[in-house]
Formats: sequence, C-alpha cells, structure tokens
Amino acid sequence: MDFRLGEAAEDVRRQARQFLEQHLTDEVKEKMHTTGVHHDWDFHRALSERGWVAPGWPVELGGQGYSVVEGLVMQEEFHQAGAPTYGVGTTMIVAGIIRRLGTPAQKELVIPRALRGEIIIVLGFTEPECGSVVVAAQTRAVRDGDEWVINGSKMFTTNAQEGDYAFMLTRTDPDAPKHKGLTTFLVPLRQPGVEIRPIRTLSGERTNLTFYTDVRVEDGLRIGEVDGGWDVMAVGLSLERAGAQGGESSRMLAALERWACTTPEGGSAPPASDPRVRARLGRAAAENEVSTLLARRSGWVQDSGALPGVEGSMAKLFASEAITRQSADLLDMLGPDGMRSEGDPTALAGGAAEYAYRFALGTTTYGGTSEVQRNIIAQRGLGLPRPR
Amino acid sequence: MALDLSPSEEQQQLIDAFAALYDKESSTERVRAAEPLGHDPDLWRRLRENGAVEMAVDEAAGGWGATVLDLALVAEQHGRHLGSAPMLEAQVAARTLARVGTPEATGLLEGAMDGGRLVTLALHPPRAGLLRMVPAGAVADAILFVDGGRLLVLEPGLGRIRVANLGSLPVSDVPVEGSRPVAEGPVVRDALEGALDEWLVLMAAAMVGPGARALEIGVGYAKDRHAFGVPIGSFQAVAHGLADAATALDGAQLLEREAAWSATEEPGRFRELAALAFGFCTDAARQASYRSLHYHGGYGFMLEHDIQLFWRRAKGWPAQYAEPDVAFGRAEACRLGMSGEEG
Repeated sequence: MDFRLGEAAEDVRRQARQFLEQHLTDEVKEKMHTTGVHHDWDFHRALSERGWVAPGWPVELGGQGYSVVEGLVMQEEFHQAGAPTYGVGTTMIVAGIIRRLGTPAQKELVIPRALRGEIIIVLGFTEPECGSVVVAAQTRAVRDGDEWVINGSKMFTTNAQEGDYAFMLTRTDPDAPKHKGLTTFLVPLRQPGVEIRPIRTLSGERTNLTFYTDVRVEDGLRIGEVDGGWDVMAVGLSLERAGAQGGESSRMLAALERWACTTPEGGSAPPASDPRVRARLGRAAAENEVSTLLARRSGWVQDSGALPGVEGSMAKLFASEAITRQSADLLDMLGPDGMRSEGDPTALAGGAAEYAYRFALGTTTYGGTSEVQRNIIAQRGLGLPRPR
Repeated sequence: MALDLSPSEEQQQLIDAFAALYDKESSTERVRAAEPLGHDPDLWRRLRENGAVEMAVDEAAGGWGATVLDLALVAEQHGRHLGSAPMLEAQVAARTLARVGTPEATGLLEGAMDGGRLVTLALHPPRAGLLRMVPAGAVADAILFVDGGRLLVLEPGLGRIRVANLGSLPVSDVPVEGSRPVAEGPVVRDALEGALDEWLVLMAAAMVGPGARALEIGVGYAKDRHAFGVPIGSFQAVAHGLADAATALDGAQLLEREAAWSATEEPGRFRELAALAFGFCTDAARQASYRSLHYHGGYGFMLEHDIQLFWRRAKGWPAQYAEPDVAFGRAEACRLGMSGEEG
C-alpha cells in the first residue's frame, strides 16, 4: 500500500502550477467572473500549445500519455486554482467518443482541430422535460435524403455561445422503446434555426437553453448507427473519467484558514483561538481529504485497467454533498458577516464561503444527480434490487 | 513508487491470519457471552499467543516492529468482529513504554511482553484524584496516566469502580492512590501525544469494522425483507441511505489507512491525519450502524438481533476519548501550526 502519487505525478503537479501561474492571469479570472463563462480562448490555446488538451491520450494521437492519476493531479491543480476548463472538458469527452466510434472522415474533421484548440464541442443531452433521465430525450431528428432535420430543445448547453458543435442525443424512432429510438449527431451550431438563450445560475455561471428549428445536419455527422444512440452514450459515459474532486472546497477551506489565523481589526485574538472554529474547519478538512482520496481511488482503479463505475459515483456523490454541507456550515460559522457576497470589498475571506454555498448546489446535479449516483451505488455496488 | 491502494502480499497475509483468528474466537455468540464486562479472556489469550502485543513494539525494544499501518489493518479486523479484548490499548501502552525508555518503563514493558501483564493507558488526566472511564481499566494489571507533566503507573486494586456502560466496554473509574512515577520531563508530553495519535488512528481503523459489518447486515436484510410484495432494498428511501453509508465507509477506510501509512511514510502529517481519521471514521461508523439498525424496523430495537451489538460499539468505542469535534479541532490546530493547542 502506498499513498504517494509518484514522481511522475508530482512532476505533472509542478508543471501545472507553473502553467497556471503564467496563463491564469487576473484578467482571465476577472473575465470569467464578470461573464460567468468558464471558457477562455486564450487560455484554451495556451493549453493546446502545451499539449494539455488531451493529456491522457497516447502521444501519437496528440496527447501526453498521462496515467489517469497523473491526469487527476493536473485537474486537482486546475480546479483548485479556478481555471476555466468546462469547454475543454466537454470537447474532449466528445473527441474521445469520436476517436473510438467515429468514421475516418469524422475523426479527420474533429480531432486535429480539437487538439489544436480551435473548436469547442458542447453537450446536448438533457432537455427541459427530462432532467437527468436523458434516455427520455424528445428532440426529433427526421431523415431528408442525405441530411437530417432537427427540431427540439436542449437544456444546460453550457458554452453553446462559444461552441462549434453540439453533440446531440435525438429521437429518430418515436415508436420504438425508449432506449432503441435514439441517434447521436454532431450538430453545427453556427447556422440558422439555432437559438441560444442564456441562463444565469446561482453560482454566476452562464449556461444556455438552446432551441433547434428545422436545423439541418448531414448524415456524415451522425455518430454511430441510426437508432443506436444509446450504445454511443454508453461508450461516452464509460469514457467520462471520474474527474478530480474537492478543488472548490479546498479553495474555500484555504481562504477560511487564512481568515481564522488573522486577528480582526479591534479584536484581541484570531478566530482560530476558538475551539468551535477549529472543529468546524477540521471537519471540512477531513471531508476534503476524503473527497480527494475517493477521486484518486477511482483514478487508480482505471489505471489498473477496470471501469470505475461505483468508485466514480462514490467520488462524485461524496464530494458534491460534502461541499454542500460544508459551505452551509462554514457560512454559519462566520455569523451575519458570512452573507457578504464574493466580490464585495467588505466580504470575509474573499466571500469564499458565500460563493461556495451558491456553487455547491450545481455540483449535486450535473454529471448525474446525487440520486442517480446513489442508485448506481445501491444497485451495482451493494447489489440491491432495482426499484420496480 | 506510486499510488497503490491494495494491501501488499505480506499485509494481506496479516489480514487473513487475524480474520481467521477472530472468525473462530470472536463470533457474535462469544461477544454476547463476554457482555456486560466486554472482556473475553480466551480471545485475549489467543491474541497474545499470536503476538498482538509483541508485534506492536519496535525490534530495538525486543518486539517485532510492525508498522502503524500493519496494526491498523489488524485493528480493522478487531473492529469487524467486535473483539472483546483490550488489544489497541495494550499495543499503544507498550509502544509508549518503549518510547519513554526509563528503567521503570522498561521493566513495565518486559512485564507486558513476557510476563503477560495487561498494561493500558488513560486518555485523560485524573480529576479530583480519580481517573475516569479508563479504557480496559476494569481488567488491566497496570494503568499508565499523565498528571502534572509526569508519567505515572498505577496498579489498580480493589478501589477501582467498574462502570456499566453503553458499549459493554471494560472501562472503570480508578482512584490514583498508590501510583508511582515512570518518567518526567519533556519526553512525557511527547510520549503522551504520540500515544494519543496512535490510539486515535487505531480506533479509527477499528471503527471501519463495525460500520462495514453493520452495513453488510443491513444490506442483507434489505434484500430479504419484503414489504408491499417487493424487497425493501428496492425502495430508494432505504437504498439511498445505505448507499450514503457505503460511500462514507469507503472514504473512512481510505482515510484511516492513509493516516496509518503516514506514521512512517509522511510523519509530518501523521498527527493531523490521525485526528481527522478518528473524527471521520467515528461519524461514518455511527451513520452506517444507525441506518442498518433502523432499516430493521422494530426488530433492530430487539436485543436478540446482532445489529445492536455493532450500533452500541460504534458509539461506545470512540466515546472513550471524545466526540469527533474534539479530534477535528486537534487536527485543525496542526494544520494551522498551533503547537501547544490541543483539541
């Protein structure tokens, strides 16, 4: 048993820190904050020049050949620093699907441009009426010669306003059983009939509701078989490597630990001299350590050649529920001052708890709600029967 | 060297050997038979014969030199089988005596290793001349404790008062009359803090046991028990509570193992991680045993069902030290570099 990550991973960590120091400028952070967009083209191109758009891909395909754990360490640093990674994240999930299931023409179209940092692909799975149950997607695709005509809407298509394509789950056979009538397409977003309506979220992040009216996509951009969309999704989900966890809560804890060590103006002792403050921070520290360990275990399982189904769900469930609990508790700890907003000059600890309190709620939903993760753990991990 | 979360071959052999011993010598029937005192002399004899005390002591002091991680892996099995024996306390007391190294301490250590004497240690100083709730205090031949910067030893006689308690643990209140000094000076404080770190991490490891076993019992029951014509485990109200408990327990085990590993591999973080692990594992084991008991419905409330054995230890064992928040505070003081601040 060894909890060290190893020299190679620590080297990745050093390089990531160096990269962030150079490229995650105050300007980039300020822009993210004011626009709510967690994608930045300059930062993205710098990532690409560094070869870090697909760090886990083999070198001959344009990656760095990093192990999953090495990739996680990189993510740990990026998340903790608050770097804009949503755009590259969704793009590379789709590029990974195309690498495995795409036609030679599709690979040629997408992969080199994705690796060069020229395009962004967003995810079009969930819809206003189906939430986490993406298998119930209703957006229709109807064949018209060599093309398909798409009508419908997609929810939470984050970065659609920056994106070149949406990787979209559509219904091609409404009469077939739910799993059987789905087909996936790479839909070009810059065309008439695509309407992007911004949605503001609690954390200040911008996402979108997107509408598609008689939008056309050539058959060559269909990924997988007609009515075989659910198989494509299965590959996509198995590829979706369990990401690093605990970055945002580590950032909050670090800010509050700095606050705890500073004697306030007019005070006689730093907050940390109060045992209740120490206990609350310590509890958050324990949960952060566990979030990190569960994510690393999931990476280790993958590096050992297995799929991290249950381990990935546990890592995601624990980390998102932990930051939800912690941020509420640490906000309480600050008293009335805790309400002062992130960005307000009077905020304590930079408003870290106030921001995390808003941010945390999103994490219990995206990438599969906590309820979905608990179902996976109960059924696949504990062998409990499926609900009838 | 890189991340590897599997026990090595040697570690697996150690786990298997102790698992087999406890399977034979610590069935729930045996656990019940040892109540209410919570001490099973035959189990303790078998543990001693297998070197449970010697293994914990450094080779330089005449022991077998097991690492804290080795001891934690054994403690997981101890907890899983609700071992009615003061193994953790005897191990930590022996290690403390070896670390102190005065002639008096060495004599006590020899007695503990070769003479078969049971030496335990008090986790808190005496109040008004009384050591309260001393772990294994009801069955120990000698109790180590710290008072006024001195490490003392006490051979409890007829004056000790056995305390009936929630966890069926062999704790007692012990008057400090007749104690004699073992060591004094700065070594005492270091030794006691080190002993507390080790007791915390081993208790954290032990807590994963009743948590995991209680969860298995709860999951088994949720698959068998039917309501409205289906197994109750198919209801999300039940399944999700068990899934949360399983997740917390997996995290708890990773954390206590990392803490135990750090004792030798990353000693700068050991104190912090040991305290974090104690607090987290305590909560995780309570949650798992509570939920598993609750999903038994009224049956869980009956003494006849084994689940209550796990639920009571999950609360009682760690409570011998303090509530989780005290440990979290101890860890945070380390993180903030507040030396001299104890939890």
